[in-house]
Amino acid sequence: MVLLTLMALVVIGVVRLRNLFAVVILSSAYSFLMASVLIVLDAVDVAMTEAAVGAGVSTVLMLAALYLTKVEEAAPRHTPLLPMFVAVVIGAALVYGSVDMPNFGDAFTPVNTHVGSGYLVRSIPETGVDNVVSSVLASYRGYDTLGETVVVFTAGIGVLLLLRRNKRSRSKD
Amino acid sequence: MSEPLDEILNVVVGNFNQWITIFLMVAGLYVVVARGNMVKKLVGLSIFQTSVYLLYISPGKILGGTPPIITDGVEVYSNPLPHVLILTAIVVGVATLALGLGLVVRINEAYGTIEEEEIFDQGSDE
Repeated sequence: MVLLTLMALVVIGVVRLRNLFAVVILSSAYSFLMASVLIVLDAVDVAMTEAAVGAGVSTVLMLAALYLTKVEEAAPRHTPLLPMFVAVVIGAALVYGSVDMPNFGDAFTPVNTHVGSGYLVRSIPETGVDNVVSSVLASYRGYDTLGETVVVFTAGIGVLLLLRRNKRSRSKD
Repeated sequence: MSEPLDEILNVVVGNFNQWITIFLMVAGLYVVVARGNMVKKLVGLSIFQTSVYLLYISPGKILGGTPPIITDGVEVYSNPLPHVLILTAIVVGVATLALGLGLVVRINEAYGTIEEEEIFDQGSDE
């Protein structure tokens, strides 16, 4: 609960600050906080990935982008009243809906009684893998992972193409 | 403790994760809509995205459960399925972030700015 509150505070900082360098570093701290929360929520594999990818790779990418662009954000010209209003209305609607959701940590919710528990029972006899997350990732949902690698590959090609054209147009000038 | 206070406390503790998730989501949305700076927009987008991780992972937690690695002497495990889905989402998220930042760098080359408003101004001058 403390960690979650801390995360909310960091996000307020991200929204208010105008120096992009500080924003990027804060979002890195935010990712580490998220990783700690995920450990508390028993998602150890996800926490490791979030710490490595969210706090590590994303931050490096953002800093690289900042190095190639500008560090200071311009002052907003419009009053942010309309977006604020939209955000508050959506938030209120979601909070109203969340009261009907099952309580935190309940074992007998629909989420926890269908396939999830089935994987826990079937993992050892069917695949022999102790870590259920990796057995589901690689065996039962291998196609998801294949699709994921396709997305990453496409994004890599996209970035390469974007930055390559860059160089060519520069040499023309 | 008195009855109604107990009930309110129950609701707050039971839903606190979801409320924080909603707050993060709404804050991300606000940053994406209200800020003109494109790097800031991408940071907002990734905050929105991480709030979804929380949305998926927190219902999978079972109080008294352990991480879903089968061990002797442990009976209760948290739900592994959301973990798998979110692992995929994190990796895809960083890929899209890289693509977005590539576009921002490209826009900066072409227009000399990463502020939305300034780009609109340049368009109206022509």
